[in-house]
Amino acid sequence: MKAVSSQVFILIPGRTTEQGTSVGDKASPEYRSVTRLLRMNPEDMARLGLTDGAQVRLRNAQGEIVVSCVSAKDELPPGVLFIAYGPESSKLMGGETHGTGMPDSKGIEVELTVAGGSPGRE
Amino acid sequence: MEGEVRVIEHATCTFCGCVCDDIDLTVEGNRITKAKNACVLGKAWFFEYPTAESRPEAMIGESPSTVGEGIEEAARILTSARYPVVYGLSDTTVEAQRVAVEIADLIGGCLDTTTSVCHGPSGIAFQGVGEATCSLGEIKNRADMVIFWGGNPAESHPRHFTKYSVMPKGMFVPNGRKDRYVVLVDVRKTPSARAADLFIQVKPRKDFELLWALRALVKGIEVDHGIEAETGVSLATLRALVERMKRAKFGVFLFGMGLSMTRGKHYNAAAILALARDLNQYTRFVAKPMRGHGNVTGADNVVAWATGYPFGVSFGRGYPRFNPGEFTTVDLLARGEADAALIISADPVANFPQSAIEHLKRIPTIVLDPQASETAKIARVAFTTAIYGINVAGTVYRMDDVPIRLRPALSSRYPSDEEVLKGIARRVRELRREALSA
Repeated sequence: MKAVSSQVFILIPGRTTEQGTSVGDKASPEYRSVTRLLRMNPEDMARLGLTDGAQVRLRNAQGEIVVSCVSAKDELPPGVLFIAYGPESSKLMGGETHGTGMPDSKGIEVELTVAGGSPGRE
Repeated sequence: MEGEVRVIEHATCTFCGCVCDDIDLTVEGNRITKAKNACVLGKAWFFEYPTAESRPEAMIGESPSTVGEGIEEAARILTSARYPVVYGLSDTTVEAQRVAVEIADLIGGCLDTTTSVCHGPSGIAFQGVGEATCSLGEIKNRADMVIFWGGNPAESHPRHFTKYSVMPKGMFVPNGRKDRYVVLVDVRKTPSARAADLFIQVKPRKDFELLWALRALVKGIEVDHGIEAETGVSLATLRALVERMKRAKFGVFLFGMGLSMTRGKHYNAAAILALARDLNQYTRFVAKPMRGHGNVTGADNVVAWATGYPFGVSFGRGYPRFNPGEFTTVDLLARGEADAALIISADPVANFPQSAIEHLKRIPTIVLDPQASETAKIARVAFTTAIYGINVAGTVYRMDDVPIRLRPALSSRYPSDEEVLKGIARRVRELRREALSA
């Protein structure tokens, strides 16, 4: 897969039905796969030459994850990414809470690059 | 008994903040086999609870132990710590929450709940703005305009639409869905958009700007057309929305963590609370947070009635002080301050920032959980506890602060959170007395 320069996106982690039904067993294959699936705007995917199932790397000052992407159809505008809450999304969350107790858990800026091969860092 | 079939009527599901108490559970032997009325999340909760009865009742490090030995080690850790934190509490009963508050008080520690990483910012906003509020029953019977903001109830609270906010027929909305105008404001066009008459797609991290523009329009203040470039929503859309809000007889904002977890946090929540308050000059309008975990609302209530504050409390000076950002768990851990943690029914290792997780792994932790959670796996003392609502009776608070009783379906060989916490509290008191008399 050819490398492209990184692009800045806004990542929104959130709840999904599949995340909710599998959260009772975080070691289960279902939970691991639903929390490792990134939804992307289809125009962004086309622009980056990505198809469903392609691996992408998300990175910010807090950490880095490699996840599979899938088209979000009309759910997301360009520039916005969605992932179900889980251990992967938490790796991109910082410890700064700006005096609230709440880390920035949605609307996180991330750099996205196309990744080849299987997810690393496991 | 093997093969026996029982039905537990009006059981309570504690998966989400809806706390539906109309579930009929069929129990065959020691399994729940049917959960009538439960949603997809509720069915997963009732059918897929942990069944590994082989897990020891307590673990100290790598060694299986008795509950008594676990309590002894937990009390030793907590009484020798200088800056301990008691955290979690959103998935246990009110009765257990009360004992956790007592322990935090006894050890002079910090007391914080999962609210601080959920609607904690909304709690801060309540203190600044106040809360125009109501029960879910009032929404069902009165609301003719329902605005969901930054939440996706179709996936997070699947029965909210049908039981309370969108579909049901009520006293003043006799035609149910036809009598209500439903709006969804969100960054994403989620499955909840299908339930709405109007979907407004706001740009990420522009909720505050959009809410503030609505406040201005409600008050008759000019808003520039530049609002569209800023928020992604046209001035015409906002004007039409404001007219409709003013014409409503009973309007409600139901807001999710799209506001409390995004930059701006308590300012976002304060903006929606202020907008609801402002609208009361024209009609009746309320704003309510959509609460996630089954008894996170109970945690707020118990901590508030016991200490005066809803979360992020320190007993370090012998009396409660409230300071989010200082006494909240992510901060206590990410800054490397807490030197021990008592964690009840929460899994911070699975959902906290890395810097907080790394510190949590360095300090002694005591974890109460029905499962071998990621946090239980790193605990110095891990208690396996019975599951509230399935094994344990007690009280929980629905997201609108209405207390609801639990009707458990199955017995468990494990103790409840309340029993373990009472044991720890008793031993902590004894150790403190011994230390004082020594």
